[in-house]
Amino acid sequence: MNPAGARPCLNPLFRMQWEQAQQSWVLLYPEGMVKLNQSAAEILRRCDGERDMQGIVTDLEQAFSATGLAADVNAFLEIARAQRWVVWK
Amino acid sequence: MTLPGPPLWLLAELTYRCPLHCVFCYNPVDFAAHEQELSTEDWLRTLREARELGAVQCGFSGGEPMLRADLEILVAEAHRLGYYTNLLTSGVGLTEKRARILRSAGLDHIQLSLQDSTREMNDFLSHTRTFDLKQRCARIIKEHGWPMVLNVVMHRLNIDHIGRIIEMADQLGAEYVELANSQYYSWAELNREHLLPTREQLQRAEAVTNEWRERLGERMKLFFVVPDYYETRPKKCMNGWGNVFLTITPDGTALPCHTARMLPGLAFPNVRDMSLREIWYDSEGFNRYRGTGWMKEPCRSCPEKEKDYGGCRCQAYMLAGDPAAADPVCDKSALHHVVTEAVERAQKGLLETRPLIFRTPDESRRLLART
Repeated sequence: MNPAGARPCLNPLFRMQWEQAQQSWVLLYPEGMVKLNQSAAEILRRCDGERDMQGIVTDLEQAFSATGLAADVNAFLEIARAQRWVVWK
Repeated sequence: MTLPGPPLWLLAELTYRCPLHCVFCYNPVDFAAHEQELSTEDWLRTLREARELGAVQCGFSGGEPMLRADLEILVAEAHRLGYYTNLLTSGVGLTEKRARILRSAGLDHIQLSLQDSTREMNDFLSHTRTFDLKQRCARIIKEHGWPMVLNVVMHRLNIDHIGRIIEMADQLGAEYVELANSQYYSWAELNREHLLPTREQLQRAEAVTNEWRERLGERMKLFFVVPDYYETRPKKCMNGWGNVFLTITPDGTALPCHTARMLPGLAFPNVRDMSLREIWYDSEGFNRYRGTGWMKEPCRSCPEKEKDYGGCRCQAYMLAGDPAAADPVCDKSALHHVVTEAVERAQKGLLETRPLIFRTPDESRRLLART
C-alpha cells in the first residue's frame, strides 16, 4: 500500500531525462536504464516531493482531460516503490 | 536488416595500467602491445560523438581509470553532455580531494571492486590493509551521496568465503553487491582450471547468499551470478553484437565487447581514423555478427535464436575454434562436451600443476613472445 497523504519523490539515486535518440523518457541508475512509457513518465515527472497521490491524480486528470486515473496511478506507484524509483516523504 | 539502434552504453577503457595483478582480469592478455593511450582530446571527441549517436550510460574503466590524470576532465565533459557517468575502480588512488573534484564534475556513481584474488582477498578477509582501503573508500563514497555499489569477482578460491564477504560488504555499508563469478576470458581463461568452482561450491554459495538476503532485507541488494559453464543455454552476450554496447580500448580501438579483439580475421576500427557513426553503422567489425544472418546450424533454425543470439562470439571462438559457431555453453552445440568436461574436471579437483598466471605487463610480454 502507498502511504496515504505521503508525497512521493524520485529517489535521488535515479535520474530521469528525455532522450532524443530514443524519443523517450528514461530513468538512469548505476549501469542501467529503464525506458519509460508515456504514462509512467507523466506520473514520475509529478513525483516531486510536493504533491501527494491525490495531487498527482488531480493534476494528471486535468492535463489529459481524463477521469478515474487514481487506480492506475496507485498501481504504478506501487511498482515504482518496489523498484526504488520513488521514495515517500 | 533494419538499421541497428544507437549504442546506448559507452565503455571507456581509459588505460591498461593497473596497480593490481588480478588472475581473472578481462583485459586482453596481450595488453602490453596496445599501450598507446588516446589523448584527452581524442577522448573528449569520442564522448561527444557517442552522445550524439544516443549513448546515455558512460562507464570509465581500465585498468585502473584513476591512473589517468585527466579523469576529472573527462567526467566533467561526460556529465555536461548528459551521460549517466559510472566509475569502475578498485579504489586505489581515490582520495578525499579527488572524490570532491569528481563529485563536482558530476560523477553519478562509483562501483568499488574487490579484485585481486589472493593478496587483496586475503587482506580483506583478515581485516588488514585492503579492508582499511575499502572502508576509507566506502566512507568517501557515502559522504558524497553516491550509491554504494560493491563488485566482487567470485571463483573457486574465494567462493567458500562468500558469507564473510557479504558480512564485510554490509559493514562497508554497501547497498548493492554483485557477487559475479569470473567469466573465462583473457587472463581468467588462462587460469580457468584454478577458478572454475565445483557444483557443490556454487550450491553452497547460493544458499548462503539467500540466507543473507533474508537477513539483510531491503538494506542490501545481492546479485549472484553463476558461471555460464553451468548453464545449458548461452547468455545473450552484450545484449547482442553491436546492439547496445560500444567499448573503446585505451588505444582507441572500438569493439562490440571488451574481449572481441581476440577474434581472428576481423579488423576493428579506431576512433583516431574514423567517426563513431561510421564505426557503429558501417564498419565490418560491428556488422559481422549483428542480428541473425551470420548464423550456422544449430543456431540458424533454432527457435531461441533471437533470445540469446547464439551466445558469445568470443567463447565460440575459444571453445569451438569458430566465432560463427554456437556458443558451446548451449547443449544444442555439437561441442557442448568441451564445457561439460571442464565442469567435470572441476568436480574432480584435478587442478593444473601450472601456477596461477598474474596479470602483469611482464607476463603479457612473455605471452606475446610465445605467439
